[in-house]
Amino acid sequence: MVKIEQDILAKNDGYAERNRRTLADKGIFAVNLVSSPGSGKTTLLCRTIEALKARLAIAVIEGDQQTEFDAERIRATGAPALQINTGKGCHLDAHMVGHALETLAPPDDSLLLIENVGNLVCPAAFDLGEAHKVVILSVTEGEDKPLKYPDMFRAAGLMLLSKCDLLPHLSFDTDRAIDFARRVNPGLEVIQLSSTSGEGFDAWLAWLEQGVAGARAGRRDQVEALKKRIAELEAQLAAK
Amino acid sequence: MHEMALAESILGLVEETAAAQGVSGVGRVRAVFLDVGELSSVEPEALLFCFDAVTRGSVADGARLEIQRIPGQGWCLNCSRTVPLAALYDPCPECGRHQVQPTAGQEMRVREFELA
Repeated sequence: MVKIEQDILAKNDGYAERNRRTLADKGIFAVNLVSSPGSGKTTLLCRTIEALKARLAIAVIEGDQQTEFDAERIRATGAPALQINTGKGCHLDAHMVGHALETLAPPDDSLLLIENVGNLVCPAAFDLGEAHKVVILSVTEGEDKPLKYPDMFRAAGLMLLSKCDLLPHLSFDTDRAIDFARRVNPGLEVIQLSSTSGEGFDAWLAWLEQGVAGARAGRRDQVEALKKRIAELEAQLAAK
Repeated sequence: MHEMALAESILGLVEETAAAQGVSGVGRVRAVFLDVGELSSVEPEALLFCFDAVTRGSVADGARLEIQRIPGQGWCLNCSRTVPLAALYDPCPECGRHQVQPTAGQEMRVREFELA
């Protein structure tokens, strides 16, 4: 017998950790947006960028099996966007995102939005080095999605219930959807919003800005600690 | 279809470890042993199928994949105790509430392999 004793995804997790360190060093707040196809991720991102771009530098990584369509929609907002085509692949992995970070080179203290491939299954298992996974459930889908695809709702830190402006026309039971999601993940935060009417956007934008402020503070603390260390070493050197 | 990516990752770990041990040549590995939690996002049947496909022509060509399932367990915040958990969305079997944080059963590990 030859021992291995490693997680199956050890390699991906290693790349994810490297991404996480790079992002922390640059004070970048990264979120990984996951959902089924057609939940309105790209529309949500475009509205988010329009609302924040005057206050924040924002970059976007777009994952799709094929086409540059989504990256083109994002670039129309003025934000830099890099499209990753996964080909036959069903999810982004940390290695792809590491390369994308090198190419995109988002500035210090910025917001990085990673739009994963529309798929409620596979992206749950792949850490990209993001601060949080944000799962988007549109109210035109079934409210039982969190129970049908529990891994994803378990992996997420925040759920956005999107297309809420359509609720008057649907039989979607919001409380039931939130209850199902919290059965899988009791600590899940939930924001209800609509990219069309803008309702709920204040809470979502505030959540993002709080994350960005946290990442910036983390970088500032690192810089202060390094400066302090330099001062200590200089004092030691002077005393020699 | 992420079982294909998982199968490739397993083969990668086996190949790296085999090379470090000086083991080379097609089909030198007879069996690979995994721990897969019942709450993890792995479908064993699909993984077996993908493993056979990705190992062709490799050091693990024809190797048997042995999957040991690890039962799910969670910590019920309400009862303050460990309880069995068959699915992520299951309630606590004691109090019936959903305040259960999984503590075991999410493993996806390659334990070891056996040489022919």
